[in-house]
Amino acid sequence: MTSMTEPKPRTAGHNQPPALDVDRIRKDFPILERQVYGRPLVYLDNAASAQKPRQVIQAMTDVMEGCYSNVHRGVHKLSQESTDLYEGARGRIAQYINAASSDEIVFTRGATEAINLVASGLGQGMLQPGDEVVISWLEHHSNIVPWQLLRDRLGIELKVVPIDEQGNFLYEDFLALLGPKTKLVAVTHISNALGTITPIADIIAAAHEKDIPVLVDGCQAVPHMKVDVQALGADFYTFSGHKLYGPTGIGVLYGRKDLLNRLPPYQGGGEMISSVTFERSTFKSAPHRFEAGTPAIVEAIGLGAAVDYMNALDFQAITAHEQDLLSYAETRLSEIEGLTILGQAEHKAAIVSFTMDGAHPHDIGTIVDRAGVAIRAGHHCAQPIMDRYGVAATVRASFGLYNTRAEVDKLTDALHQVKELFG
Amino acid sequence: MLDELRDLYQEVILDHGKNPRNFRHPEDANRTAHGFNPMCGDTLFVYLKVDEKGVIQDCSFMGKGCAISTASASLMTEILKGKKEDEARTLFERFHQLCTEDPSAEESEDDDMERLEVLSGVREFPVRVKCATLAWHTMSAALDGQEEVTTE
Ligand SMILES: Cc1ncc(COP(=O)(O)O)c(C=O)c1O
Repeated sequence: MTSMTEPKPRTAGHNQPPALDVDRIRKDFPILERQVYGRPLVYLDNAASAQKPRQVIQAMTDVMEGCYSNVHRGVHKLSQESTDLYEGARGRIAQYINAASSDEIVFTRGATEAINLVASGLGQGMLQPGDEVVISWLEHHSNIVPWQLLRDRLGIELKVVPIDEQGNFLYEDFLALLGPKTKLVAVTHISNALGTITPIADIIAAAHEKDIPVLVDGCQAVPHMKVDVQALGADFYTFSGHKLYGPTGIGVLYGRKDLLNRLPPYQGGGEMISSVTFERSTFKSAPHRFEAGTPAIVEAIGLGAAVDYMNALDFQAITAHEQDLLSYAETRLSEIEGLTILGQAEHKAAIVSFTMDGAHPHDIGTIVDRAGVAIRAGHHCAQPIMDRYGVAATVRASFGLYNTRAEVDKLTDALHQVKELFG
Repeated sequence: MLDELRDLYQEVILDHGKNPRNFRHPEDANRTAHGFNPMCGDTLFVYLKVDEKGVIQDCSFMGKGCAISTASASLMTEILKGKKEDEARTLFERFHQLCTEDPSAEESEDDDMERLEVLSGVREFPVRVKCATLAWHTMSAALDGQEEVTTE
């Protein structure tokens, strides 16, 4: 089972892309110059949130200094300029994931709100008691809890696709869960806790054979691989700006136009209506129907700049660089006695989740922090995965385009210190 | 780098973290509570046996946690045995101050506080204060007859 969206296996293929110019990239990220406890910052918490390049910071500053105003509301010059920038960002984000039209890009606060938006819409009369939503064991809480809330409110059922010991999405079990009552499949593209890349193109194809729409949580995919929503056939695709080297407070719900326009509104307010009287209101079509109130204007423009930044780089080179970091990290970490890597899926993004004998993830986090290394210790908002492996928490190192092998070495050295202390 | 961390991870803490004392679930406990730290998933149960005079006859715990929370729970169970309920509460208050306030604020002469002094290193690590106080919060909930407590 292969699909076109999965990167090539770990070892580089025959036609090597030009290497990523990481030195130059690092200069774009001002925060990488800072020290932590007198040591250079080694930022390995990219899956939680990524750092921002100067280009994004500058674009946001430029709006606020140059033409800031509310959008879609004024006849004045600034409003026109702001609206153009805001809608321009929408257009470039649409291109980034190859949406057919910018009308298919709804701005949200983030992936969480995007998923809640779809759940809320489906919950307004589009699902009946007994209908089923299929998710997977790999989901982030944001792709579990909204469906549970719907379940509790409407009496729908939640079916969960299991994973194997390596963290692979069990495709055959998934197929077995698709039935006449399945009304939606909502699965992640890449697991934030284990790094597993799911066979999303196959998942979508199988669901579509039964006319079941698919929502993809693409948070961890869009920063690391080329995503083409049309080639995938995704019906909904969600992600957050802050993991894509863009600002917080902004995210995207991609939805196929026909589906979006069938979905009832999410919140009511200004901007989303065509007309309002006290008797009734009529709503705009997507995307504005889902953008009630003044949106995160500056952040949307910042996300547009993040997308421009990514477009100026070679995606194949990014993927190759990050895959190299992954295999280097797995090799170095495996040298440490008593360290266990959780999640060794066949296709993996540059995320390494691990535990160490005799040392709790929280203690590990504190110790490596003193070496300037920022990693995440905890359940990564994916408690079912933790339960699956019988742990309360793991340590997670997650890589981005500015990370280097030398930084992996620093992490490894710091983990040796953990061994020394906890021996 | 290890030197800076020795303040937090003193030998006593490493020892109690690895070999916690009173790590058991006694049948005759009459006050029990479950404490949970949602940030890291650490979870522990505190078991107390309080007699009719309000004296803690036995104190023990079970659970999964980091070195700091385990060591703190272990030390707590040793210290609280034989204490009255209100003494336990006062100790909690003073321990909390120890973990959060300026070191000069209190130079303690009392043996119990002196033993707890090893945990004062968390002051430099604000996110770890909850680890150090989880067992104490749970103990205090058990005394109050509250079964669940989270450190939010
Ligand atoms: C896979 C995945 N889905 C969803 C989310 C939620 O994103 P946000 O908190 O930005 O809404 C995250 C972020 O941690 C994630 O990693």
